[in-house]
Amino acid sequence: MNDLLLNLILTLDASFRVCTPLIFASMAGLFAERSGVVDIGLEGKLLMSAFIAASAASFFGSPWIGLLFAIFASCIFAMIHGLASITFKGNQIVSGVAINILASGLTMILTLAWFKSGGITPTLKGDERFLSITLPGVDIIDHIPILGVIYRELISGHNILVYLAFATVPLVWWVVYRTRFGLRLRAVGENPKAVDTAGLSVEGLRYKALLIGGILCGIGGAYIAIAHNAQFTKEMTAGQGFIALAALIFGKWHPYRVLAACFLFGFLDALAVRLQGVVLPVIGEIPVQLIEATPYILTVILLAGFIGKAIPPKASAQPYIKEL
Amino acid sequence: MTRDRRLSWINGLLLPLFNVLTAFLATAIVFILIDVNPIEATKILIYGAFGYEEGIGYTLYYTTNFIFTGLAVAVAFHAGLFNIGGEGQAYIGGLGTALVALYIDPTLSAWLIIPLGISGGLLFGAMWAIIPAYLQAYRGSHIVITTIMFNFLASALMVYLLVHVLREVGQMSPQSKDFPDSAWIPFVHDVFAGMGYKIAESPLNLSFIVALIFSALVWFFLWHTRWGFAIRATGKSNDAAVYSGINPKKIIVVTMCISGALAGLVGINELMGVQHRLLLDFNYGYGFGGIAVALMGRNHPIGIIIAALLFGILYQGGMDLAFEMQNVSRHIIVVMQGLVILFCGGLEYLYRPVLIRFLAPIEASE
Repeated sequence: MNDLLLNLILTLDASFRVCTPLIFASMAGLFAERSGVVDIGLEGKLLMSAFIAASAASFFGSPWIGLLFAIFASCIFAMIHGLASITFKGNQIVSGVAINILASGLTMILTLAWFKSGGITPTLKGDERFLSITLPGVDIIDHIPILGVIYRELISGHNILVYLAFATVPLVWWVVYRTRFGLRLRAVGENPKAVDTAGLSVEGLRYKALLIGGILCGIGGAYIAIAHNAQFTKEMTAGQGFIALAALIFGKWHPYRVLAACFLFGFLDALAVRLQGVVLPVIGEIPVQLIEATPYILTVILLAGFIGKAIPPKASAQPYIKEL
Repeated sequence: MTRDRRLSWINGLLLPLFNVLTAFLATAIVFILIDVNPIEATKILIYGAFGYEEGIGYTLYYTTNFIFTGLAVAVAFHAGLFNIGGEGQAYIGGLGTALVALYIDPTLSAWLIIPLGISGGLLFGAMWAIIPAYLQAYRGSHIVITTIMFNFLASALMVYLLVHVLREVGQMSPQSKDFPDSAWIPFVHDVFAGMGYKIAESPLNLSFIVALIFSALVWFFLWHTRWGFAIRATGKSNDAAVYSGINPKKIIVVTMCISGALAGLVGINELMGVQHRLLLDFNYGYGFGGIAVALMGRNHPIGIIIAALLFGILYQGGMDLAFEMQNVSRHIIVVMQGLVILFCGGLEYLYRPVLIRFLAPIEASE
């Protein structure tokens, strides 16, 4: 029994770590899509900022500088997307695809040019990355059965970005549902014409949304390279940007539901690692690939309206063309 | 004559040209940033692609894949659909081809096995596209998102199949056993040798001819058949298509089937043509490359062949470039693909305001 509990806690603990970048990226996507801009380029922004974070952290010897550079890089990509999809009214999906491919190519080219290696950056030493924090009171609570284990393994011992991710979600909710900016953001994604008629800048709001998304993706990417891992490796985001996109849809563009989806997908990922090669009673061995594919399958089924219905913001993917 | 009509040559000719040039210029800037002389690099690239027989063979071999996926993306574009799932359709199409090659009676004639292998690729590629198409048409889920998800599903499925089902007994790496000789699409150098000419060995095989045939078929289909007209009409204006009695739902399904089938042909070049077994990631990057090819080729088969050739040159020349210059790897091609997609796709209207401002008065005065 105790063994099972510990296993469960360890899997949940891993889920926290795995879902952190998903939370940052899906919140980024939430801002973009709520403003009426589809952001397929989450993956590219994560990858690019992971690479820049690892490079800068290794060069300057500080994870915080790495984080800053990562945010900067991700914001540049977000602004390219903005230029294409807001100012020049191009196809938002094509522009997102371009960003993903560009990030994939640039990270490979730059690792070679800067570090003379094909796709990896130098390994970060101790304090060049975000280390895990032991929360106060672990020693005291440790004596309490069950609760002690939960506190020590599950709640304490993550790095600061994990806590930041979970703090971001209520903040996003507050911004989107309780501020003037949030109201305008939601309006511009549903009916940009009304926003325009009210004398507000549709383009300005969308740029702001993308910039916030850029910052969040930057943190997510930095987490992957300099907190969860200790270097950048080739294609290390491995589709997490797309899983975040799936979580965004699965959570129906609502911060708390999206968080739940991120955690579910993170849990599935952690479970897949734990179940590798394990033969379960009755069912037998579950193929890891099936568990890994579950987020995608669930999203397809949801989108098809078989379990609830996911309706995106109305003006999603449509450039706003002002009538003269 | 309306103003828009008169300016059509700006939209149709000047803009695409400027866009491609900008993408090249941006690539040159990337070269300079990584301390490589772009002119020197271009020379090496072109020599690598055309300078010797083997290089030409490789160039055309890569071109073949890009023609297939470029056509796939273009057909979907004509119906106003964005098929981002070429990657997955190529993967599963390759599975179809491989299943034919692995399980058919190897004593049969190659004249029978190869067409069946091609059909396998077409069928499986179409199969992988029909589910997202159906969901878009009848359940309202967005095709871009579903096809992205299907890329990942294809990848998971293929890893599973190659590790657990199709892996050759006693073999460590996840790949199938070799195809029988009769399932090999002949190499071009073998064909030439049979006719008494000796040319350098390269992976170029007769799939290249298949790609050209399919380009012609796509051209004929889109511009000279009723279905092709219906597809283009739906893409131009969904409402107009409905008024003229076209069922857009059917169009979505048919178009995506054709698109997926075309992407599914990557497998014949890679598997029946070169590798002669099924292996992981043989499709890598061609599905996304097809987007760049279609955008650059303006969704016309002739444009696509030219754009595919350009990417073939870049792929092969890029290999030589990486070999010659320390600071460059072949991934510069990926950067360039990204830039082409960005400037010919996302930022396609970048120069429009400027061009119209400068050229409209000139034209009006004529």
